[in-house]
Amino acid sequence: MPVIKDVVCTFCGCLCDDLEVNVEDNKIIKVGKACKLGRAKTMGMFLHERIEKPMIRKNGKDSELEECSYDEAITKAAEILVAAKRPMSYGWCSTSCEAIEKAVVLAEETGSLFDSTANVCHGPSALATQEKGAPSCSLGTAKNYADLIIFWGCNPVHAHPRHQTRYSTMAKGAFTPNGKKDKKMVVVDPRNTDTAKKADLLLQLTPGTDYVLIEALRAIVNGHEDVLPDEIAGLPKAKVMELADMCKASKFGIIYFGMGITQTRGRYKSGDNVSSLLSDLNQTNKFVMIGMRGHYNVTGFGQVAAWETGFPMAIDFSRGSAYYNPGETGTNDVLMRKEVDAFITGAADPGAHFPQESVKHLYTIPAIQVDGYANPTTEFSDVVIPAAIAGVECDGTAYRMDGQPIRMKKLIETTFKTDEEILTEIIAKVRELKGAEGGA
Amino acid sequence: MAEMVIKNGVVYDPKNGVDGERNEICIKDGKIVNNVGAGAKVVDAEGCLVLPGGVDGHTHCAGKINTARVMSPHDMRYSPIPGLSGPEPRTKLLRPQVGYNTPNTHAIGYRYSKLGYTTIAEAAITPMMARHMHEEFESIPILDKLALVLLGSNWQVMQYIQDGDSEMLKSYMAWALLASRGYGVKVVNPGGGSNWTWGKNVSGLDDKVIDFDVTPADILIGLAEANEALNLPHSIHVHCNNLGIPGNITTTLATMKLLEKVKASQDRQVMHLTHMQFHSYTGTSWADFASGSDQIADYINSHDHLTFDMGQMIFGPAMTMTADGPTEYRNARMFDAKWSNYDQELEDAGGIVPLAYSSQHFAHATMWSIGLELALLVKDPWKVMFTTDNPNGGAFVNYPEAQMLLMSDKKRQEVIAGFPDMTMDRISLPNIDRELDWGEMTVMTRSMPAKMLGLDVKGHLGAGADADVAIYDVKPDKVDVSVEHEAVKKALSFAKYTIKGGEVVVRDGDITALPKGKVYWVNAYENGIVQAEKDRLITDLEERFKKYYSMQFSNYMVEDAYVSRPVEMRPEVA
Repeated sequence: MPVIKDVVCTFCGCLCDDLEVNVEDNKIIKVGKACKLGRAKTMGMFLHERIEKPMIRKNGKDSELEECSYDEAITKAAEILVAAKRPMSYGWCSTSCEAIEKAVVLAEETGSLFDSTANVCHGPSALATQEKGAPSCSLGTAKNYADLIIFWGCNPVHAHPRHQTRYSTMAKGAFTPNGKKDKKMVVVDPRNTDTAKKADLLLQLTPGTDYVLIEALRAIVNGHEDVLPDEIAGLPKAKVMELADMCKASKFGIIYFGMGITQTRGRYKSGDNVSSLLSDLNQTNKFVMIGMRGHYNVTGFGQVAAWETGFPMAIDFSRGSAYYNPGETGTNDVLMRKEVDAFITGAADPGAHFPQESVKHLYTIPAIQVDGYANPTTEFSDVVIPAAIAGVECDGTAYRMDGQPIRMKKLIETTFKTDEEILTEIIAKVRELKGAEGGA
Repeated sequence: MAEMVIKNGVVYDPKNGVDGERNEICIKDGKIVNNVGAGAKVVDAEGCLVLPGGVDGHTHCAGKINTARVMSPHDMRYSPIPGLSGPEPRTKLLRPQVGYNTPNTHAIGYRYSKLGYTTIAEAAITPMMARHMHEEFESIPILDKLALVLLGSNWQVMQYIQDGDSEMLKSYMAWALLASRGYGVKVVNPGGGSNWTWGKNVSGLDDKVIDFDVTPADILIGLAEANEALNLPHSIHVHCNNLGIPGNITTTLATMKLLEKVKASQDRQVMHLTHMQFHSYTGTSWADFASGSDQIADYINSHDHLTFDMGQMIFGPAMTMTADGPTEYRNARMFDAKWSNYDQELEDAGGIVPLAYSSQHFAHATMWSIGLELALLVKDPWKVMFTTDNPNGGAFVNYPEAQMLLMSDKKRQEVIAGFPDMTMDRISLPNIDRELDWGEMTVMTRSMPAKMLGLDVKGHLGAGADADVAIYDVKPDKVDVSVEHEAVKKALSFAKYTIKGGEVVVRDGDITALPKGKVYWVNAYENGIVQAEKDRLITDLEERFKKYYSMQFSNYMVEDAYVSRPVEMRPEVA
């Protein structure tokens, strides 16, 4: 039985690249080394609700989706985008960088708003980077060096299951040959999560007080512990002191942070303060951070968007040049203002993850979905275009949560078009339609 | 491809001994040829300046610049040089553009082309991150590119030097270039990148690296000797220890002396020292900090084993990005600036910090002067490459500004007149009245970088060269650059024609075509390393990857898909 080795898992931002996949008769029959999530995705190509055919609604949102040809769906998508005054393109995080590059071109061509899932995820991390920078390292550096690991507002046991064995708590590295025995692990989370259960120290802070806790740590690290009250972020001062002492005692510390930092009160200001804390700590020992990115290539979206347009997200091409002002041009900013009059999304599920007000507006405008699977977004999409699954049915580039690009493999043949092909055809159709109208 | 002939130009082609002559330049199939047929397309240069396409032998244009972009939304909107900076909408031909120090990829391609530059060398990429760099290379239009690969704090390199295993060092160096599709070897703050992973640095050539029994001097000698043993087209390309620190001239001079004992495998330097301006400081602190350019120039004038580039500073905002991690942390703390850091497993460090240089600060004014002093005090222009270490010293769109500073004493004096008094006893520039002529300027911006890199097809206009040509609206025999520097600067900023590979890509300062550039890389592995040594290396690397890397060995090497127009160069095996 042929085994494909060193397969890249396209589930989460860990982008594990050591999977072993058995393929028989163009079917994946076994996935070795993957976590539950990765195996379910890679194996489950046809077990979940795969979109089998292109579909369109001919009579408005309440009519049924009817099967059609790729050509028909792509033409309809192009017509919607060309007719729109304020189109938006969103998502593109569980697909290849090659597809994202095409999505940028389509957005430019149609004067669209252009944004990624970071809008409801790690977007504030980018804003924090703009405020104070991002002191970081590669996951392998952390594996080899880190003797103090802090998971702040994230739960890798469930969200990034192999993170701890491959890169962090349990990983054995050059200067951590005994794995867990050579490391301390801290969890900062309001919940006693499954990750927290194995921690050497758990700081169960009051929800929404992350900024306060970071600020207190900075005060201690900079020698101003005397100004702190007895209780900080719902924690006794002694416990905060304990964490600060652990930070100071470590040779190489790392903070892995998740939504607990980026999407709670304080948002990007908390991220900014984490960077400031790291800057302070580096006066005496090494300390860095890595954001626990969810979608396996959401990091890639930020990279591609930054080099192609200058900005990582929330871009508005309506002026012809790239304009960026998150808070004004982020997906949910414009959706809540009901500005958008056409919507294309790919490799993401806004229907499941957006605030109700945004989804309500999406229900009132023409929507195009490019995806391998049916999901809540399908329910309000007027054009549904099935796509091959990147990293399984086609190859391409993805960026790991630490910014490391890895080439995804194609494991099986498919008759589905890839995201890149679909976008390329929509671009060609848009140009054809605009040419017919005599537009620029 | 159609033939072309450039007539009535005033041609400077120093490599071929052409110094302002009215020669015709003939082009066929993207190459310079001796003659073309009567049907060739005629480009009438109308008495204007005709030069080989510019070669930027040291620029930060792909890779960590992307993190700098994310840090810099302010830079995207900044436009001090209209036409070469800031936001510009898409056109029927062009993609949208933004930025000044950290422009998007498309703007990098367009704007270098407008300046008449046709080849750029990304100065610092780790092998592991090379895939990312190539993705950006693919997105930068028009220009030919190449990459210098960071090996100065690499575990394999330090291990093999520690073991005294020069064969393995050679094999690894060749393999690393292959794995990254890289062109040459870059050494940044040797050993310091490794120490920085512990938050430490090295303070000079003889410090110990923490985890290996080697010193920065060992690393430099080891890499230089391996580089020459492999007969690579470029020498090692070195960013010395102690960048930006008063008194660092001691380290710089010691580094230059150290390399005297290495013999070049071909007719070029054994070491290129980069952004020398940042490494030529005397004094013991910022209080007595001063220019050491005279000592550096004296040494270089009396030795022939090295070349250097200026790292000229441009006043205004800059974006510093370097594999010199500890320097960036120091910058960030000194200026309370935002700080990004990246420690690349087993390979090197890196940091990014935005800075602004002010003509009203004596330290900056002194640094600005040092870059110019170095270029003017070193007599042989073939030892000097023109750079701003883009965008560390300043954005590349300022090249015409800095070139005019080299060509006009009057312009220099005007700037110096505005400096704070505290600057004046620290610099020698006010007393230097040398003004470069067009031939010397052409050497520093074209011919020398090509020769230094070992790129025979670039930097000149002789038969066989790539047909990369810049024509500027400057009449060399009619203009006094020393006086009319503003008009000349404008002409150099927007080429009358830029011809890339025989195709007109710029006409009167506007982009007219978007051919895809080539990527030059050096394969010294295939023929340069014997099978037994290849086997020995791969066995060792597999072990290293299993234990220490975070990705699989088989997924590491840059795939063909990332280099769509490769030019593979194979050095002759000694």
